[in-house]
Amino acid sequence: MIPLSHYLILSAILFSIGLYGVFTRRSAIGILLSLEIMLNAVNINFVAFAKFMAPHSLAGQIFVIFTIGVAAASTVVGLAIIVAIYHNYKTIFVDEIDVMKW
Amino acid sequence: MVNYAYLIPLFPLAAFVVNVFWGRRLKSKSAPVAILAMLGSLVISCLILKEVISGKTLEQSIEWFKVGRYSFEAGFLVDSLSAMMLCVVTLVGLLVEVYSIGYMHGDARYHLFFAYLSLFIFSMLGLVLSNNLIQTYIFWELVGVCSYLLISFWFEKKSAADAGKKAFITNRIGDAGFFLGLSTLFYYLGTANFAQISQRLAHHPEGLSQGVLALSAVLIFCGAVGKSAQFPLHVWLPDAMEGPTPVSALIHAATMVAAGVYLVARSYAVFAAGHLSLEVVSYIGIITSFMAGSIALVQTDIKRILAYSTVSQLGYMMIALGTGGYSAGVFHLMTHAFFKALLFLCAGSVIHACGVQDIRQMGGLFGKMKVTATTCLIGCLAISGVPPLSGFWSKDEILVSVYNSGNMVLYGLTLTVAFMTAFYMFRLLFLTFFGKPREKLHIHKPAPTMDWPLIILAIFSIFSGFVGSPLMGHAFSNFIYFHPEHIEPNYMVMVSSIIVGLAGITLAWVFYILSPGIPAALARNFSPVYNLLLNKYWIDEIYDRFIIRPFLRLTKFAFSFDRYLIDGAVNLTGTSCVAVSRVKGWIDKYIVDGLVNLIALMVGALGEVFRRLQTGLIQNYILLIFTGVIAIVILLRFV
Repeated sequence: MIPLSHYLILSAILFSIGLYGVFTRRSAIGILLSLEIMLNAVNINFVAFAKFMAPHSLAGQIFVIFTIGVAAASTVVGLAIIVAIYHNYKTIFVDEIDVMKW
Repeated sequence: MVNYAYLIPLFPLAAFVVNVFWGRRLKSKSAPVAILAMLGSLVISCLILKEVISGKTLEQSIEWFKVGRYSFEAGFLVDSLSAMMLCVVTLVGLLVEVYSIGYMHGDARYHLFFAYLSLFIFSMLGLVLSNNLIQTYIFWELVGVCSYLLISFWFEKKSAADAGKKAFITNRIGDAGFFLGLSTLFYYLGTANFAQISQRLAHHPEGLSQGVLALSAVLIFCGAVGKSAQFPLHVWLPDAMEGPTPVSALIHAATMVAAGVYLVARSYAVFAAGHLSLEVVSYIGIITSFMAGSIALVQTDIKRILAYSTVSQLGYMMIALGTGGYSAGVFHLMTHAFFKALLFLCAGSVIHACGVQDIRQMGGLFGKMKVTATTCLIGCLAISGVPPLSGFWSKDEILVSVYNSGNMVLYGLTLTVAFMTAFYMFRLLFLTFFGKPREKLHIHKPAPTMDWPLIILAIFSIFSGFVGSPLMGHAFSNFIYFHPEHIEPNYMVMVSSIIVGLAGITLAWVFYILSPGIPAALARNFSPVYNLLLNKYWIDEIYDRFIIRPFLRLTKFAFSFDRYLIDGAVNLTGTSCVAVSRVKGWIDKYIVDGLVNLIALMVGALGEVFRRLQTGLIQNYILLIFTGVIAIVILLRFV
């Protein structure tokens, strides 16, 4: 039986990778992907805690299903924004999109 | 007809409005406008007089406004006195206007002359019709304004402009007294209505102070002194001769000067009730009468002689009123209106014909101006009191009234004045129309419109006296009734008045026809008296020295006070205000604005610093958010 701590460590590693990706990717799509990784890290946490803390309740698992669904929807919106940005600026590199700057 | 009395003043007012606004376009047609209006007034006046004679009187008034318990009213009163005055004023006014057609012909402000005449007559008629003192005062002042306009009608001449001012200012002095008097009376009795005042004084005299009544009577008399040119305010009248002669005839015969006598007659109840007030009236009357009569003896300007004669005759009326001869005074007012208007218009014709005013330059005009000379003779006979002309009857009544008052000094002086009147009038007549022409004068005959008024007035001068004569049973004094008077003829007085009148005429004949050397010799031998009279008792000089010049000094002082102290204070305030404003401006500019700008600068500088945070790079923001979350977690966990 794999203990809870291993799941949590995996989740932390994944989250850190995602965070690193968000900070370092120039491409907006890369950032989006990294965000998905972070979300999945959180999902692993959820599922692990659900399994160890309340094994007879399905609430945790079902919550994760919802999270995946919402994440998919938000990713669609994000991709749509990226397409719109590309239409306007002919680039998806976030450091070149700085019209909000002073 | 009596109900339509208010129309009488409205006709001349309408003529005034028409002539003022459209006179320039009407040109010579402005005279018929004024004359037609006058004719309308005259017709109504005569119809009203007829009804009043048959015993009808009317008072109508409406409340004008109310202040506390004092009610001010506007209305008109038609009784025997006002009906008689209405006829006299409208008749003389009409004749003067007809006369003016010829006299003013070719004047640049022809239409304005008729406009002013109409306004003048309107004011006078309004005054006559007034049923209360306040309304009387309003029209009284209007008469004053019109006299100013008319006397200084030829204002291009400095003397005329000055005369107008003098008349107005002198009158204002009297009017101030009048106003005080009517205010006193109004306050004391609570009414200014003539009928109510008379009633109150007649039926409830108890509890009224004679002193207050006398005070108000004397103050009201001040107004009459001004308007009727009584001593000491008579000085304006001789100067007023600067106006056109028809104006002199109108002002000095029937309207303005008559207003003063009319006022005394109207408020006679107050005079009768007040202690000693009638005595004041009669003494002022005799002083004026004697002084003006004696001045007239030596004057050489034809109009000035008539002016002093007017003053003297007005004094006569005042004597009559003062000695209780109410009807005698009013009677003389009426007859005097006719023969004095006649004499003035004659003088106007003479001046118009030969262009000079000094009787020493005239002479022998009889043959050249028969109508004028004859009518003038009638006027002189009337004013000298030769029976049976009008002046005789009215003068006789005055003398009877003075005689009955028992004051023999007064009676003697009154007779002396009658003598002087006869003398100076015939002096004027002889020097102007008889003897040889003293200077070559180019005479041009007066127009018929100037002759006809003379003839009509001459007829009135002859016959208007009969209505008050014993021959008609003193119809006039019964008509103009105030209180029972001694009306039985006094033959001693009658004979003495005829004697002094004829004596005066004879003396004038001796002096100026028979032996013309006498007057000059007299003037030489009695030069102090002669100079005194020639210089009109130096009254103008005395006024100038003791009143006008100190007053001018006072005004100059007041002016410099105003200029340097008041204006200085004002300017100082202004300057200091500017200085304070400068300081305030500086504070505003540098301190207040500086603070505002400083705040703005600080905000700007802070913005300069913090705007660096807005990189526009999404990852920076995320990093910041993440750092913030970590910080919050740490804070929550460990602090």
